[in-house]
Amino acid sequence: MSLFNVFDIAGSAMSAESVRLNVTSSNLANAQSVGSSEADTYHARHPVFSAVMQSLQADAGSVGVRVDGIVESQTPMEKQYQPHHPLANEDGYVFLPNVNIVDEMANMISASRSYQSNVEVLNTSKQLMLATLRMGQ
Amino acid sequence: MAISFDKALGDFPGHLSLYGERSSLLAANIANADTPGFKASDIDFRSVLAKAGGEKMVLNTTHASHLGGSSAVSSPELLYRIPTQPSVDGNTVDTQVEQAEFAENAVRYQSTLTFLNGKFRGLKLAIKGE
Repeated sequence: MSLFNVFDIAGSAMSAESVRLNVTSSNLANAQSVGSSEADTYHARHPVFSAVMQSLQADAGSVGVRVDGIVESQTPMEKQYQPHHPLANEDGYVFLPNVNIVDEMANMISASRSYQSNVEVLNTSKQLMLATLRMGQ
Repeated sequence: MAISFDKALGDFPGHLSLYGERSSLLAANIANADTPGFKASDIDFRSVLAKAGGEKMVLNTTHASHLGGSSAVSSPELLYRIPTQPSVDGNTVDTQVEQAEFAENAVRYQSTLTFLNGKFRGLKLAIKGE
């Protein structure tokens, strides 16, 4: 029954999008977490999605989403001269995380929209399945 | 004259499974809207239906008590969608297009179900004779 596949596919996409939302929220939360060196400071994180076959029996069309991993951004960090900051290094600089707030907000909106469209797909399929179960009654 | 369910229902059960398969395909397209390198795919409904209507797949019966099997629609060929706005990461999913196709597919599924329900009502009426 291929309509059952829809639940797996949309479910995998929803969990992937929620990982994306989660990562975005931790990036935004740590946007001001300064550090005394580039290695100590929070790096912006981004999930990597890939398509994955749901099962061996299923046809080629049922492709879900998997989060392959979360990569840390290697964009150079901004230095700020704050000699009185407790985390300042010997030259008086603190490092700001390489989180781009505008990027993160756009990411957040995209993730929530994708999540919503997958919920819509799930709801529609559920209604179709229920209608199929009532067939002939 | 016996009532044959296969003949009474016509092609509708095959259409229903095809619409179901297509909905899982479109759901995969929508699910992978953010996956880099994913190519949106779809099936050509008209050609699949035409093929199914032209040559009915009937099982060979070598014994009087064998069942003929239903005229199931053969598994359709996957075609890649031509992107209108391809993105740099190689993804060719157009979410709006996929959503529209999914909605249309759902309505078609539902209308096929309505037709099937009508067939069943007719059969019930014939059986009860009221």
